[in-house]
Amino acid sequence: MRNKCIGRRTVAFACPPRILAGETVVSKIEGEGPLGKFFDTVLEDDTWGEKTWELAERKMFEHVVRAALEKANLSPGEVDILLGGDLLNQIISANFAARELGIPFIGLYGACSTMAESLLLGAMLMDGGFASCVACAASSHFCTAERQYRMPLEMGTQAIPTAQRTVTGAGCTLLADDTLIAKAQYQAVYVTHGVIGRVVDLGVKDAANMGAAMAPAAADTFVTHLRETSQTAESYDIVVTGDLGRLGGELFQELCKKENVDVAERHVDCGNIIFAPDQNVNCGGSGCACSAVTLNGYLLKRLEAGDFRRMFFMATGALMSTTSGMQGESIPGVAHGLVIERR
Amino acid sequence: MTNKKPATKQELEYQQLVSERAPKSKVLAQCVKAFLSGGLICCIGQLFRDFARLCLHLGETDVASFTAIVMVFLGAMLTGVGVYDRIGSWAGAGSVVPITGFANSIVSPAMEFRPEGFVLGLGAKLFSIAGPVLVYGIGASIVVGLVSLLF
Amino acid sequence: MEFRDYLYAFLIGGGICVIGQLLMSYTNLTPARILVLFVTVGVFLAAFGLYEPLVKLAGAGATIPLTGFGYALGKGAIEAAGENGVLGAFTGGVIATAGGIAAAVFFGALNAIIFKPKTKK
Repeated sequence: MRNKCIGRRTVAFACPPRILAGETVVSKIEGEGPLGKFFDTVLEDDTWGEKTWELAERKMFEHVVRAALEKANLSPGEVDILLGGDLLNQIISANFAARELGIPFIGLYGACSTMAESLLLGAMLMDGGFASCVACAASSHFCTAERQYRMPLEMGTQAIPTAQRTVTGAGCTLLADDTLIAKAQYQAVYVTHGVIGRVVDLGVKDAANMGAAMAPAAADTFVTHLRETSQTAESYDIVVTGDLGRLGGELFQELCKKENVDVAERHVDCGNIIFAPDQNVNCGGSGCACSAVTLNGYLLKRLEAGDFRRMFFMATGALMSTTSGMQGESIPGVAHGLVIERR
Repeated sequence: MTNKKPATKQELEYQQLVSERAPKSKVLAQCVKAFLSGGLICCIGQLFRDFARLCLHLGETDVASFTAIVMVFLGAMLTGVGVYDRIGSWAGAGSVVPITGFANSIVSPAMEFRPEGFVLGLGAKLFSIAGPVLVYGIGASIVVGLVSLLF
Repeated sequence: MEFRDYLYAFLIGGGICVIGQLLMSYTNLTPARILVLFVTVGVFLAAFGLYEPLVKLAGAGATIPLTGFGYALGKGAIEAAGENGVLGAFTGGVIATAGGIAAAVFFGALNAIIFKPKTKK
C-alpha cells in the first residue's frame, strides 16, 4: 500500500518524527574553523589516544551515539534501531561501534550521503510504525580516508585546487516520536518529508574533483522534489547541500538555474562553511562527517533558535571505489533529501 | 570493462562547464618553485659528489653510488621526521623528480601501513610506488642491454 | 669543486624538475607515474647516448633526478652486455644501481620502523 508518497520520489510522513537531540565531535582543524564553537567536542589530537586512526574514528562514532543518548537522558537499551555508516571498506567504523553499543543495527553505505540516508530511512521506519526511537550516525576521518582512497600522508604531493579535505569527526541525530518520554535538546524540530536520491553520473572521472561529480545528483534530487510537490525554491528558507565544496556548490546552482530554479540566494553548502578559505583546504570540506557535524552542530541549533523555519537538507555521496577509479570508471553521485521544519 | 557508451550531449556540456569553472593551478609559479627546489637538491647532491671524489678519492662508479646512497638516506630521514611532505607541498615536482622523492615514495607508504603488520603491511607497501619504478626501470635496462647486443 | 659545476647542476637539475612539473600540471600524472616515466625515459636516453653529455656537463644536476637513475640502469646494462653478453644485459643495470636500490630498501624499512606518520595541518 503506497499511500505516503508524493510523486515518485518524495515521501511525506503522516506522523513526522521529532529530532530529539544531536551530538558532534570533530578534530582540531574543524574546531578552528568558522563553526568551531558549535561543536560539542573538539579533539586536540586526531588519534584520540588510540593506536590507529581507524580506532579513533570508531571511538568517535561510538562516542556521539552515547553522548546524544545522554543528552536525551536515554540508555542504549531504549533505542530501537541504530542506523549509520562511514567511508571505510565494509563500514568498519560503524560496524565495530555498533558491536560495543549493542543497539539493533542497520549498516548503511552511501559514501558522504550517509547522514541524510540514515535520517531518511530512520524517519521512514518510525512513520511505518517499526520504531519509536532511532539513532542515526555517520563518521569520517581525514587520515583513514586519505590512506584508503588517496596517497600516504607523508608523501610529498602537491595540493590540487579542486580537491576537498575530508572532515574528521562524527555526528549523531536522535529521532523519536511524541510517545517517548525523554529530555529533549530540541523542542519542535521535525522531519516532515524525505526524497530518495537517484544515482546520477555525468561522466566526471577526476577523483580530486568530487564536488563536480556529485552536483548533478543534488540538482536532480532538489528539482525533482520541487516539481513533485509543486513548490518553488522560495518554499524553503534555506537549501543545504552536504559536501559539494566551492566548485560543486557553484555547479549545483548553475544546474538548478538551467531547470528554472533559482536557488543561489538560499543555498548553503556544509563543505563551504565548515572551513575558512584561509585554512588551506582548497575547495572546502567533504566526507560523511562534513554534513553530519554541520547539521547536528550548527543547522539544527539555528533552526531551533528560529533563524529559519523550513530547511531542505541534502547530503551528497560520490559512489566510487579505488578499484573503479583505477579501472577508469567515472564517478556516480547520489543525493538524499530531507525537509526539516520547526513547528 | 569500462563503460564504453559514447558520452551524451548533456554529459559533454556538463564536463565543459566543469572545466570552465574549475579553479586553475598556477602553473608558472609552480614551475619556478620546482626549478628552484629541484636545482637546490641537485646542488646538495653535487656537494656530496665532490666530497666523494675529492675527499674520499672514489672512482666514477663509486662516486655515483655514494651520492645516491646519501641522498636516499636524506630523503628517507626527512620523510620519517615529517618534513618531506611539507617540502613537497611547496616544491611540487621539484621534490618528486630527484632521487630523494623516490626515497619519500618508499618510506611514506611503508610507515603508514606498519599497523597492518611487518610483512604484508610495512614490507609489502614499501614497494607500492618503488615496485613499479623498479619493474619498468630494470625491465627497460634489460631490453636496452639485449638490443645493444644486436649492434 | 668549482662554481661552474654547481651552476650547471642547479640549472639542469632544476630544468628537469620543471619538465616534471609541466607534466603534473597539464596531464594530471600522479607522482608515481612521473617517477616511472622518468626512470624509463632515462634508460632509453642512455641507450641512445643522449644523456651522457648532460651528466658530463651538469654532474649531480643530471644524476640526482630519476632520469639519472634510469641512465645508470641503461648504461650499466649496455656496458655489461658488451663484456658478458646476454648475462651482462640482465645483471649490468642492477649492479650499477645496487647502492641506491639497497639504500632505498634499507633506509626505507628503517625509517618506517622508527617513525609514525603525522596528520596534515
